[in-house]
Amino acid sequence: MQKLQDIDIRVEAPVDRLVQHGNAVPVLHEILHALRRLGETEESTTIDLRSIPFGPGDEELLLDVLGRGEVAVKLETLGVSEIYETAFAGVWIVDHRNTEGERIALQIEITRVPEILFTQVADLTDSISRLENRLRTPDGVASLSNPMNGRRRDG
Amino acid sequence: MADSNTEIKTLGESLRQRGVSRRGFLKFCTATASMMALPPAMVPAIAEALEKARRPSVIWLSFQECTGCTESLTRAHAPTIENLIFDHISLDYHHTLQAASGEGAEAAREAAIHENFGKYLVVVDGSIPLKDPGFSTIAGISNLDMLKETVAGAAAVIAVGSCAAFGGLPHANPNPTGAVSVSEIIKDKPVVNVSGCPPIPTVISGVLAHFLTFGGLPELDDLGRPKVFYGQSIHDRCYRRPFYDKGLFAETFDDEGARKGWCLYRMGCKGPMTYNACATTKWNQGTSWPVESGHGCLGCSEPDFWDGGGFYNAISIPDGDIARNIGLGAVAGVAVGAAAGMLNRNAKADAAARHETVTVDDLEKTS
Ligand code: SF4
Ligand code: SF4
Repeated sequence: MQKLQDIDIRVEAPVDRLVQHGNAVPVLHEILHALRRLGETEESTTIDLRSIPFGPGDEELLLDVLGRGEVAVKLETLGVSEIYETAFAGVWIVDHRNTEGERIALQIEITRVPEILFTQVADLTDSISRLENRLRTPDGVASLSNPMNGRRRDG
Repeated sequence: MADSNTEIKTLGESLRQRGVSRRGFLKFCTATASMMALPPAMVPAIAEALEKARRPSVIWLSFQECTGCTESLTRAHAPTIENLIFDHISLDYHHTLQAASGEGAEAAREAAIHENFGKYLVVVDGSIPLKDPGFSTIAGISNLDMLKETVAGAAAVIAVGSCAAFGGLPHANPNPTGAVSVSEIIKDKPVVNVSGCPPIPTVISGVLAHFLTFGGLPELDDLGRPKVFYGQSIHDRCYRRPFYDKGLFAETFDDEGARKGWCLYRMGCKGPMTYNACATTKWNQGTSWPVESGHGCLGCSEPDFWDGGGFYNAISIPDGDIARNIGLGAVAGVAVGAAAGMLNRNAKADAAARHETVTVDDLEKTS
């Protein structure tokens, strides 16, 4: 079945620069304030872009100004999310997608490392018990085709 | 449809059983918070609540409706966040989606009522005809009887779509079936109106997610709509608003103003009197929304929007000069919006009384 994102949409460029909708600039100011807070008090901030009334081009302009920095991470759980630090250290884009590649959340995190990248306690407990199980069974690490090899199952 | 006999008790267990990691769960909670229009700082609280959330039983009743609301909700492709939520609720009865029919289907509804008495959620789409019960029946049961019988043991009712919330199209003049909304019949249970024709899918699932997460209903406005989604007008969140404030209006669908993305007020945009989340949540996975596509808001989430005159009539500005009518330029933007909203409400009532129809001239409107 053809998916929405497969339909070619040609977005016409604004007639001139005056047709900017101006909603990217206030967000950039908000980011600046959040960066200062991070620097002074270590307080992190998350901005959910879903709640901002962007017009055509606003989001593109914002992401264009922020650019891309040194770190990019692919998170594969419930679909592929892309998390990257922008050209402004401490400003991260967290772009969550579902298994169809559709965006389910787009957030800007002003923080040292986005929370979701840390290994979570529950996952740590789970990996301890899985590795223990592997080492307990005699052929747990013996064969490449062992059904226990590979990553955990993920929805 | 979920199997109600499953052993799985909480959403956390359900996701873990599918092999979803804690990180995946956090991603799920982030998207759910965003869908519920809650601040990102609430993600840990949402995670804690969703971890323990139990499967609520949901009975979905469809009365005088076009199935557009169910269509809207099921537009999501699996497995999105919506699907995870719908996998987790126990949708025990839905005329359109269930495989069972006839007596088997009615037996499922009765069993769900009996087993979950006092705790289940009833979702209704469509209005209820009062003039003659025979206008709309299911398994020989009138809509009115089925609604009363099903709601008797419900924790709350969610009226999905403008028909269930306000009567909608069946209620439009001259209302041949005597159609009424759910809240005109149900007075002793909380009724949440999720209006829209249809409502935005994420708004429907956002309200269900709220019930699933917090076990209660979100705060409502004076028309029974969740404030998080209906708290602000389309006009107040519209990205074309700066053009409105400057008095720059498109006059036809293909003039210079239309190409430059100016305000659609003069082409009939009902944004100033319409409360909905379109301007921020948008449609089709956030792709766009009517005003962004160049068409004015029809006001579909407001009562009696079908009777508000032509969709292409700028009903609040009889002589077509907004600057003269409301003193544009001298007043701050928000005050202008509020004034225009009031003018609109009055003019809307006039138009309803005249029962105007749309003509080709309206489509080509230039004044
Ligand atoms: S009238 Fe319509 S197009 Fe104009 S600013 Fe208001 S909502 Fe946007
Ligand atoms: S823009 Fe207006 S008419 Fe269109 S869906 Fe939103 S509320 Fe309804």
